[in-house]
Amino acid sequence: MSTVRLKKGFDINLLGAIEGADVAFTAPPRSIAVVPDDFHGIIPRMEKKEGEHVIAGEPLYHDKNYEDIKVVAPVSGTLKEVRRGERRHIDAIIITPEGNDSMTLDLKRPVEEVLLASGLWVMLRQRPYDIVPAPGVRPRDVFVTAFDSSPLAPDLDVVLGNKREYIGKGVEVLSGLTDGKVYIGIRKGQSIDAPGAEINTFVGPHPAGNAGVQAANLVPVNKGETVWTLDIVTLARIGELFTTGKVSHNTIVAVDGEQVKTPRYVQTVMGAELTTLLKGQLKEDAGESRIISGNVLTGSKVEADQWLRAPYRHVTIIPENSNPDEFMGWASMSPKRFSLYRTFTSWLRGLKRPVSMDSRIKGGERAIVRTGEYDAMLPMGIYGEFLIKAIISGDIDKMEQLGIYEVAPEDFALAEFADTSKLELQRIVREGLDRLRAEMS
Amino acid sequence: MEPAFRPGGKLSKLESVYDGMETFLFTPNTTSRSGAHIHDGNDLKRTMITVVVALIPALLFGMYNIGVQHYLAIGEPASRLTMFLYGLLAMLPVIVVSYAVGLGIEFISAQIHHKEIQEGFLVTGILIPLIVPINTPLWMTAVATAFAVIFAKEVFGGTGMNIFNVALITRAFLFFAYPSHMSGDAAFVKVDDALGMGGGTVVDTFSGATPLGQVATSVGDPVMTNILGKPIGFFDAFFGYIPGSPGETSMLAILIGAAILLITGIASWRIMCSVFVGGLGMAALVHLPNLQSLTYPASMLDPMMQLCLGGFAFGAVFMATDPVTGARTKVGQYIYGLLIGVFAILIRVYNSGYPEGMMLAILLMNAFAPLIDHCVVSFNIKRRARSAAAKVKEG
Repeated sequence: MSTVRLKKGFDINLLGAIEGADVAFTAPPRSIAVVPDDFHGIIPRMEKKEGEHVIAGEPLYHDKNYEDIKVVAPVSGTLKEVRRGERRHIDAIIITPEGNDSMTLDLKRPVEEVLLASGLWVMLRQRPYDIVPAPGVRPRDVFVTAFDSSPLAPDLDVVLGNKREYIGKGVEVLSGLTDGKVYIGIRKGQSIDAPGAEINTFVGPHPAGNAGVQAANLVPVNKGETVWTLDIVTLARIGELFTTGKVSHNTIVAVDGEQVKTPRYVQTVMGAELTTLLKGQLKEDAGESRIISGNVLTGSKVEADQWLRAPYRHVTIIPENSNPDEFMGWASMSPKRFSLYRTFTSWLRGLKRPVSMDSRIKGGERAIVRTGEYDAMLPMGIYGEFLIKAIISGDIDKMEQLGIYEVAPEDFALAEFADTSKLELQRIVREGLDRLRAEMS
Repeated sequence: MEPAFRPGGKLSKLESVYDGMETFLFTPNTTSRSGAHIHDGNDLKRTMITVVVALIPALLFGMYNIGVQHYLAIGEPASRLTMFLYGLLAMLPVIVVSYAVGLGIEFISAQIHHKEIQEGFLVTGILIPLIVPINTPLWMTAVATAFAVIFAKEVFGGTGMNIFNVALITRAFLFFAYPSHMSGDAAFVKVDDALGMGGGTVVDTFSGATPLGQVATSVGDPVMTNILGKPIGFFDAFFGYIPGSPGETSMLAILIGAAILLITGIASWRIMCSVFVGGLGMAALVHLPNLQSLTYPASMLDPMMQLCLGGFAFGAVFMATDPVTGARTKVGQYIYGLLIGVFAILIRVYNSGYPEGMMLAILLMNAFAPLIDHCVVSFNIKRRARSAAAKVKEG
């Protein structure tokens, strides 16, 4: 057990944070969906057809390359629609809930098999490539983060709810799948009781809560090595599965952001429709809103008639464009125009007080001009700027040498926020990782 | 109005200009589609404008000093306002030419590539009038600006892609193409009228050479004088009442600009400070009793004086810190800055052909900046490889 102090990064304090830790209940959702894009690295092959009945925990589809990797239905009901987009890409698999039955798994089978069949496997991520892990590969170590440091993030102690008791079992299960250790990263003041895991405290701003950042500061990932990353809630779910034989698809979701009337935690189901989740929660007369499933840095933009996306714990709602005709915004002397940099005046009133931020990019895309911006937001001992350049120019050797195996797109999310040149860093990193993976296989 | 500028519209040839103007006047309305949903308020426009603001003290003092030198030269008393107005009128055409030529080329280039006009030239356009001697004919400035923008910037891909500082390439082009206009007696003090203002005849004792020019050509212990032959001291140089390119004479105005750049965090303090440290160290070294010699008259100069004279301070604050052409790694920035300081003084002292070493020192290090970064990054790569290898052994 040690304390790791991270200096780089930044905590963006947005308006609309949740006060307290009460969990509200909403009406049960009338539709549930699984979005295959949430599980990067899996090419879906449907096992169920439209109109068929599914049981909670029953596989909906499997991966084209590894048939054992299953993605399961979070509820029982009728498979209403497999919604397809361009080139038959599956956008969403929609289920109309009905009944309460659920699958029970035979725990006498090998651990990996149970995990693959349960649908929890796809909640894990592996580095390199930030994808769902390939079966049959023993990870060097497993890194579990016990807190979410992103803007307006839910307190994972609240999201854990009554699953906390299964953490120990989860550690035991994962320890059997790795030759190394199970590391749990906690924030100061948090306490996790998990014998068998190495618990480290991380002090510092976002992205200190990213499992990949924690890994990089404990035991970095090198070429040829594989590690798994997951959050503490998934760990508890795994523990629960191996205690009860069932996967719990209930989840506690933080609904917050400037456009929400009363930011709060809500109890619901994975993949629940947002209509019921957000009913009466949006501020009226507050202009157009952007609904994000996830946090403002890495989440997915969703429409009000769509569904909660993985990792099923956060919905943020911010203004879409609060000032559509801002005149010469670049010349603004207003301290309300938030910037990390002292070219604007917001630093005079302090960068820690809650601010309003909309989804405008506030500038045009440019070549990288200013130096050190990415490195200041990336506590990983990586030359971020040079890595991004290597990815853009497609230099595989350089990418490897500069440590692309350690990173995931989410690690660059804060740098993307801070970037003066407004480059889409997460997309660039994702393309780099995909390209490298294609090259290696 | 907008559709006329889109492809197929009547004015589609001006699309880039329209986009440029629109984003100049209104904050871009685009909201994020992928990745982070919120973005910092800062963009390149704001960054560049802040640099321009930091240049304003040097610009205003430069105008004033043009007037000061002019009225000294023609031996007429004048009020401060008159001096400033004279300087303003003298510089205005240069500024207009610099922006018109540079922006014109940028606009055309942006339209050819169907890209938005970028703001890189905002800073370059004001740097050029500040580092080009005031008596340079306008057509020369125009030719040099065009050369620099096309061959030092656009061919490399535009803003953010250039290897050499564009303003310095402009000056270097002038320096090598028209050397007689770039040094000596007639380059730095405007003696004729500026757009009709301030005509007169030059006094007999006039000599317009810059202090560094005088030192370079002096025989025996160098004495620096103002244009009327009176000796000048440290504070004349610090405040800037000496002949020279408009922006570079006043250490004080440059330091105000430096403060703006450092407080806003735009310039790298690592580069800026290490240029001064390198320059001071080298100037002190050549000034050591056993090293200073009358063969190299600049070695007789006091080290502090060295930093105040010529373009050293201006180059250190505004040119060396250009992030696009400088070193980008932290360690690299120290090395890059130190070497600029060292080379600037080295060229000044030991190469009598070039009384001013700053321009060449920065351009030289611009060429080496990628190599410095490459070495620093390679070191990081090796360290990673070693730690990986060490772990494999352990395991």
